Parts: sequence; C-alpha cells; structure tokens
Amino acid sequence: MKSENLRAWLLVLPVVILVAFNAVIPLMAVVNYSVQETFGNNEFFFEGVKWFREVMTSQRFRDALSRQVIFTSMILLIEVPLGVIIALAMPHRGWGVSVCLVLMAMPLLIPWNVVGAIWNIFALPDIGLLGHSLNKLGWDYNYTRQPIAAWFTLVAMDVWHWTSLVVLLCYAALTAIPDAYYQAARIDGASRWAVFRRIQLPKMKRVLIIAVLLRFMDSFMIYTEAVVLTGGGPGNATTLLSIDLVKIALGQFDLGPAAAMSLIYFLIILLLSWIFYAVMTRDEQE
Amino acid sequence: MARIQLHDLAHSYHPNPSDDRDWALRSVDFVWDDGGAFALLGPSGCGKTTLLNLISGLLRPTKGRIIFDNQDVTMLEPRVRNIAQVFQFPVVYDTMTVYENLAFPLRNRGVQPGLVDQRVRSVASALGLDQSLNNRARALTADAKQKISLGRGLVRQDVSAILFDEPLTVIDPHLKWRLRSELKALHQQSPFTMIYVTHDQTEALTFADQVVVMNEGEVIQIGTPAALFDRPNHTFVGHFIGSPGMNLLPVSIDEAGIVRFEGFAIESSSSSPREAIAANGLQIGVRPEFVSLHTEGIPADLIRVVDAGHMRILEFRHAEHSIKMVLSESLAIPDRAPYLLRFEPNRTHLYANGWIVA
Repeated sequence: MKSENLRAWLLVLPVVILVAFNAVIPLMAVVNYSVQETFGNNEFFFEGVKWFREVMTSQRFRDALSRQVIFTSMILLIEVPLGVIIALAMPHRGWGVSVCLVLMAMPLLIPWNVVGAIWNIFALPDIGLLGHSLNKLGWDYNYTRQPIAAWFTLVAMDVWHWTSLVVLLCYAALTAIPDAYYQAARIDGASRWAVFRRIQLPKMKRVLIIAVLLRFMDSFMIYTEAVVLTGGGPGNATTLLSIDLVKIALGQFDLGPAAAMSLIYFLIILLLSWIFYAVMTRDEQE
Repeated sequence: MARIQLHDLAHSYHPNPSDDRDWALRSVDFVWDDGGAFALLGPSGCGKTTLLNLISGLLRPTKGRIIFDNQDVTMLEPRVRNIAQVFQFPVVYDTMTVYENLAFPLRNRGVQPGLVDQRVRSVASALGLDQSLNNRARALTADAKQKISLGRGLVRQDVSAILFDEPLTVIDPHLKWRLRSELKALHQQSPFTMIYVTHDQTEALTFADQVVVMNEGEVIQIGTPAALFDRPNHTFVGHFIGSPGMNLLPVSIDEAGIVRFEGFAIESSSSSPREAIAANGLQIGVRPEFVSLHTEGIPADLIRVVDAGHMRILEFRHAEHSIKMVLSESLAIPDRAPYLLRFEPNRTHLYANGWIVA
C-alpha cells in the first residue's frame, strides 16, 4: 500500500521539478528580495512589508498605474469592437480569404522591438510618413514633445499591431458557424442586427473571452514597443508600469522596491484577469 | 393552403454550367397538392436538399419558376414566402429561452405581443414543450431542440408548407419513431403541406402520401409508396426502394417478341416488348417478394440463406447471375435441388436503358 503511494509521487516528480524551476523558484526569489534590504556584499537585512508600503503609498506608482489602466482600457475599447467588425466584414470564400488572412497575420509576425522602431520612424514629424502627413493636415504633431501626440501614437501602434489577433480569433469562430443558422435566420425573418446579436455574438463568445483576456494581459504588460517608441516620454507621460519597473530595478538598482512592485503588478494582473473571466463566464454557470 | 408548382426548375452551383454534371438539379416539373405529405427520397448528393432550398428560397434557381398557389415566388426572399424549414442539425438560438426561440419569428415580423404569447403557448403545448418554456434552449436534448426548430415554423399562422431536411439524423433511434408519429399526428391536425427530405426509405414510405425519388439531380419517379414498390419506373427506384432491392437480370428479345433470360422465356408486364428489341441494356426487374419456387422455371443453385427476423432471404445463382427471393419465416426451405424459380408475370417488368418498357 505504502510503496504504491510513493511510486505515484515519483511519476509526478518531473512535473513538480519543471514547475518549480520555471515558476516557483524564480517567483520565490522575487518574494525574497521584496522583504529584504541589501547594500551589496551579498548581505541582506529583513525589512518586512516596508517596500510594499513604500510602493503602495508612492505617487509615482499610482501615476504609472493610472496610465496603465487608461492605456489598457483604451486598447480593449478600441481593439475588441474593431476586431469583431473586421472579422464580420472579411470574406468567407474565394481568393479574398487568403489575402485577408495573410494581411491580418502580418503585424503579428513582426518582432516587437521592430514594431516600435517602425512606428518611431513612421511617426517622426519631419521625415515620417504619418507624422509629416498629420502636420500637413494641420495638426501640430510631435510625439517626442507632446504627451497627447505620444499617447495617440502609442495607442495607434498597439491597435495596428494587435487588432489582428482579435480578428483572427473571431474569424475562426465565425467560420465555425454552420450555414443552417443563417438559413434558419433568413426564414425566421431575422434582421442583420438580430443575426449578429443572436447567432454570431453567442457563437463568438468563447473566443471573445480569450481575446479580451489576452489583450488585457498583454497590453497591461506592454514594454518593448512602448520603450522603443517613446521611452516613457515625453517626461513621464507614457511611463507605463513595466517601463517604470525597469527604471527602478535596473536604472536605480533598488531591488527591494522593484521586487515588491513586481509582486503587486503580478497580483493586479491576476486579480483583474480573474474578474474579467468571472464576469464573462457568469451566464454559463447558471 | 398552398399548392406548390415547379416549372422546369433547375439549379447549378457553377456560374456557367455546360456539362450535364454541372447541374445539381436538372429540369424538374411537377405539382404538389395542398395539405399533402411529400417525401423527397434519394441517395446523398442527388439534389434533394438543393430542391428543398430552392422551394424555401434560400437558393435562387438558375432557371425555371416556383409558384405557390397562383403567386410566382421564384425571386422572393425566404422571409416573405409562407414556408418554414427544419434543418438536419437542430438550430436553436442559444442565448434565448425556449419561449423566446418560439416567439422569434413572430417578433421579427412585428406581431402584437398578445398574439405572440397566445401562439407560442399553443404551439408549445402541441409539441409538449410547455414545461420547458422558460429554460435556456442550449441545455436541451437534440430531440427537444429539433422540436423548437419545428415550433418556430408552426408558430407562424401564415405558414402553409414546412420543409424538413433529414430532421431525424441526430435523434436517437428510439426517439425517432416517437417524433415521427408526433409529426404525423400534428400534420393531421393542421392543414400545412409537408415536404420531407430523407435518404431513408422506411422514413419516406411510412411518412408520405407521395414520394419523389431522385437520383443525380433528376426526378426518377413520383408516386405513392405502393406504386414505387409495385411498378418502379426505373431500375434505380427498384434497387433503391425495397430491402433487399429488385433483382435485375440481363435479357434479350427474340424475333417473336419473347423476352429471354439465358434462353428461358420470361413473361413480363410489358405489353409490347418487341418495340424495345433494338434497345441496349435490356433488363428485367423482379422484386425478391415476387420470386417463388415452382415445379417449372429457371433452375438455380441455392448459395446463401440470410435470416432477417420475420423473413428469410434466399440467394440463388443461375450462371453468374444472383437472384434473391424472400421467404416467409414460417415456411420451410425445400431441400430438393435444383431449385426452379418462377417470376410472377405482372410483377416482372422489362427495362430498356434503365427505364421501364410499357
């Protein structure tokens, strides 16, 4: 009896080791830093929740968090509806399908820092196509100096980069709807809106949950593209949470506060993801 | 409430059909009387679903006209035709309750709420759905979902024809029978025309007053189940309907007009076999039910006996030709060989190129 139990544990061991090395141990290292102070020489002093208190009460963290929340809200509000609309408008048969799919997949295939670099140049007010055109159209646009322009560019870049993901997910869900549903709707005399509301939206619901969660998490963690595009500026105007975190950890080498901030950051993402998921799947538990 | 007339109706999914094979449905021409139960029977891919979708308006025909009573509806949208359609896989609107599902076609047409409620409740009770009116449609079983699909058709008062596209495919066998009899009972109460597509002959024959047998986009025969059994117009009908199908044997016709199978004279229902003397592909068809053992006839060897419950199927062989015969379970198989087979003359038909010779 006893030996059988031990053998069962042996079978689980590889997974335990794998999870330990890729998640638990790195995370615990951060937890370790977050409650200690060091002055070099590998000497550590226990500080309790001091760093957590410091981070939570700092204006700098709150500002970065607000920017982050605003950024992510804008991303979700723009990319999800836009993705659904584009997916609905895409053709379902013929040569247009491949053309659309390739065009949609293109932005997703570009390395993130290259996306940042592309938009950095694209939006330059003097030589960039976008920046120059906006100036010609009468908007005194300079994303390196004006916070509004920097935000506009940042959001536009993210929409360009990531809306395709929502489109592709929704398109996959739409093509999985059997023709009989549309035929029944035609016979039942359903309007275009009723077809969307009663057939397409319910059938897309599951992938939309995935799409919203992915876009929420990724936009909440955005770093590379934003750093290459604006570097967090002008001033701190586009310093989002991850950019601020890197400044603290690597710029100032404040390991304790950076570790505490990482954990808070992680818990916020976890909590918000859970809330999103719970709200969106609420109906299904009925 | 509607007589359905099809005039030279044909459909092709190709933009420029040239070959015969490009046509999913080749010219169809017939009339369905009001209030009847009709079945479209044929193997998969024979064009029966195409024909159904043309009638409901989901497809526009490449040529021809469709007339309901005296109105030409060929170019009308499905929503303005007075038809309903039940599909192979149950279509329910997941997020709505059963009640809302049934009310959907009425609400889309702007019917008054009071009338909607009255119609929904009466249809729900006819279908036995009154208990689950407030349930989410998603959680129901396949047969209940199929009833909702049907209910969405019945709920409209203007519906005069309901089209069924193999509606029992996803239903469990023991429920199939029940659902079918419920459907039949419902049809007897209300005067709608019912058109039922199936590839299952039992379903078609038990269900319909008239069966339309189709193959490769063509209507082969239209008739009552009895007519299809007794006098198939085409060898395809003979083979497709009946279990086992018709025996088909190659024959020739001699100068005197006598039909001969391997030299044996065969009497058939054909009154003028001589006219077919020059035709290719001459065959006689006789159902296994009309083959019997006799004191004289075609000698054959018994090669196999299959017990099918209430009857036995005897398979004989003469030269390289297999001939099947149905024997009642209660009768013993005589053990004398060789067996002499007799074909009942007025149930034995002569076919030239597949088509019956009168």
